[in-house]
Amino acid sequence: VVGCFTAGVLLLAGCGSAESVPTLTWYTNPDNGGQARIAQQCTEAAEGRYRIEVSVLPRDASSQREQLARRLAARDRSIDLMSLDPPFIPELAEPGFLAPMPDDVAEQVSEDVVEGALLGAQWKDELVTVPFWANTQLLWYRSSVAEAAGLDLEEPVTWDQLIEAATEQGKYLGVQGTKAESLTVWINALVTSAGGEVVANPEAPAEDVELGLETDAGREAARIIGEIGGAGLGGPGLPTADENASFSQFQGDSGSFMVNWPFVWPAMQSSVEAGTLDQEVVDDVGWAMYPQVAEGEDARPPYGGINIGVGAFSDHVDLAYEAAVCIVDPAKQAEYFVSDGNPPSSVSAYDDPQVQETFPMADLIRTSLEQAAPRPQTPFYNEVSAGLQETWYPPSDVDPETSPGAATELITGVLRGERLL
Amino acid sequence: VTAETAPVQGSGTVEASAAQERRDRRRKAERSDRARAEARLGWYLAGPAFVVMLAVTAYPILQAVYESLFRYRLTAPDEREFIGLGNYAVALTDGVFWQSTWVTTLIMLVTVAIELVLGFALALVMHRAITQLRGLLRTAILVPYGIITVVSAFAWFYAFDINSGYVNQWFSWVPGITEDLNWFAQQGTSLFVIIASEVWKTTPFISLLLLAGLAQVPGDLEEAAKVDGATWWQILRRVIIPNMKAAIMVAVLFRALDAFRIFDNVFVMTNGANGTRVLSLLAYQQSITRLEIGMGSAISVLLFIAVIGICFVAIKLFKVDLAGARGER
Repeated sequence: VVGCFTAGVLLLAGCGSAESVPTLTWYTNPDNGGQARIAQQCTEAAEGRYRIEVSVLPRDASSQREQLARRLAARDRSIDLMSLDPPFIPELAEPGFLAPMPDDVAEQVSEDVVEGALLGAQWKDELVTVPFWANTQLLWYRSSVAEAAGLDLEEPVTWDQLIEAATEQGKYLGVQGTKAESLTVWINALVTSAGGEVVANPEAPAEDVELGLETDAGREAARIIGEIGGAGLGGPGLPTADENASFSQFQGDSGSFMVNWPFVWPAMQSSVEAGTLDQEVVDDVGWAMYPQVAEGEDARPPYGGINIGVGAFSDHVDLAYEAAVCIVDPAKQAEYFVSDGNPPSSVSAYDDPQVQETFPMADLIRTSLEQAAPRPQTPFYNEVSAGLQETWYPPSDVDPETSPGAATELITGVLRGERLL
Repeated sequence: VTAETAPVQGSGTVEASAAQERRDRRRKAERSDRARAEARLGWYLAGPAFVVMLAVTAYPILQAVYESLFRYRLTAPDEREFIGLGNYAVALTDGVFWQSTWVTTLIMLVTVAIELVLGFALALVMHRAITQLRGLLRTAILVPYGIITVVSAFAWFYAFDINSGYVNQWFSWVPGITEDLNWFAQQGTSLFVIIASEVWKTTPFISLLLLAGLAQVPGDLEEAAKVDGATWWQILRRVIIPNMKAAIMVAVLFRALDAFRIFDNVFVMTNGANGTRVLSLLAYQQSITRLEIGMGSAISVLLFIAVIGICFVAIKLFKVDLAGARGER
């Protein structure tokens, strides 16, 4: 009531209604309803200090960014809380579209968080969003294929070993080659696993951005993609394969190895329940750490997930941060993992017995998140990502000699305003 | 209103004799008053619509022209900078722009050509159908046009998609189509599906316009030709088509303009991958995806100019008579 009163001095409309409870609007990405449930729980826990209403954003991350960026650029006051995909955080943080985080909140929400998620929530060394759930890709494999190929998945494997095994067994590798964000995820994981960086100086202004693709790491990444594409190892669907497409191929007869997010595990369980997938297939599925590029060098798996940002033009910034702290409570993260299949950013949430039971690979996910590399954290991420997709596509045309240079030329040209994208 | 009163006024004054002049002048003044009142009424009636038109078309167009002169990124409002025609220079010297223009033109030419033939055939069928069937037939032919473009785009996409599609299986007997054909992985096959979907969706529109034209061809001309022993083909070529030229040209112009602005099908099916990017999508990608308002506006203005160009060429070169097609003359 006090919060409403002070806010009410600034804006009468918010508190003029019959119940004088400030309503916080939380723009969420579509899920299985978990975020709406958390909103309900936090509304109840707030005991009348605030009420959270959920407003669902478009399906894919790029469209979510478009809508939020355009609304924030128009100083939309209705945005109190938003579920943000980490790569787009710098773009919103740089022009001050995100409300500064109070110190006590920053301290509270940076404890007990996996390394990858903490890195992804920052801009210019400051925490600008609250880590909520954290995603990473694992290597999923069909034990029968791995066995036939004589691959020991207890030990880390390399991309070259996978290419060899799939070729030998006449199976398809599950990778994402469609001209979309998932291709950038793959490229970034390969470049960083090879010890490189896609963008050398992510905090630089547009004209000075330098890429790290024309390096051994960049060329090695291009070689792997080009080899898989060129040899048809991704199957005929590779140029249009997103996560769902490679997942459905993986479950079929030609499935062998696949890099994908953990959502595939609950998805397979429910397919079995629905009778569209044989239990045998699920029993055949194993999981391991993301493949290495160079043998013996730890892979840097992709990092994704959702952070909670608070809109700078909100009328209730303090309440919104209070709500954000409630939303990211580790117990709720664990519950969300079980219900929606999205892994927690909280380290302790992985110890939840129900999490351990539902996700036998929970500990591996946590380890993978500690090792994960975020995508380039630059306000121009969209240009970098779209430029990569323009030049490293289709996968069969990716060439270590030409693709890194083409990407560098296009992206720097676009950032200087000399090229179209 | 004024067009109707003007000749009356003119003939009244020309034939007036000197004796009647004064009375006439009074009458003229009276008429002018009335004419003025009518003109005013005309403005009152049409004014609101005119203002709305200005607000929703002229204003955004001028705004786009103005913004196209700046380098302006939505997420960096403070760095907005006037660069004159810089955006146009970048766009017009970039291969991406010309590639998109070429793809757009290709889609326009092919769809309009196919639709004209197909639409004419359908219009003939609708025109000749026996009365009991006419209503049913027209409804059936119009159904695709009633479907929202995005919905039809998704339907076509999923039909051809390598994972969920059934086309590969149904048509595996056609040489070149196999289980492993990924329609959206190359330019040719992608454009084929995009054009097919566009044709399926908008042929009803063109056939409806042509049907109106067919209805205008006087029946006695056809009968006279028949009596003279003309074959069906001769009647079609020498009697029907020349008499509905105006309707055909209007149909072609409307569809050409429509096809040149194609967006939905490409956006849903390929999002511009594999050389299928069209001009509207290019403008969308600059202003909506990249948030580069200046560059996006510049491309929109270029698209607008291209559309005006097509209009101009059609009206001046092919003498499309918009009034004639509506039976106003």
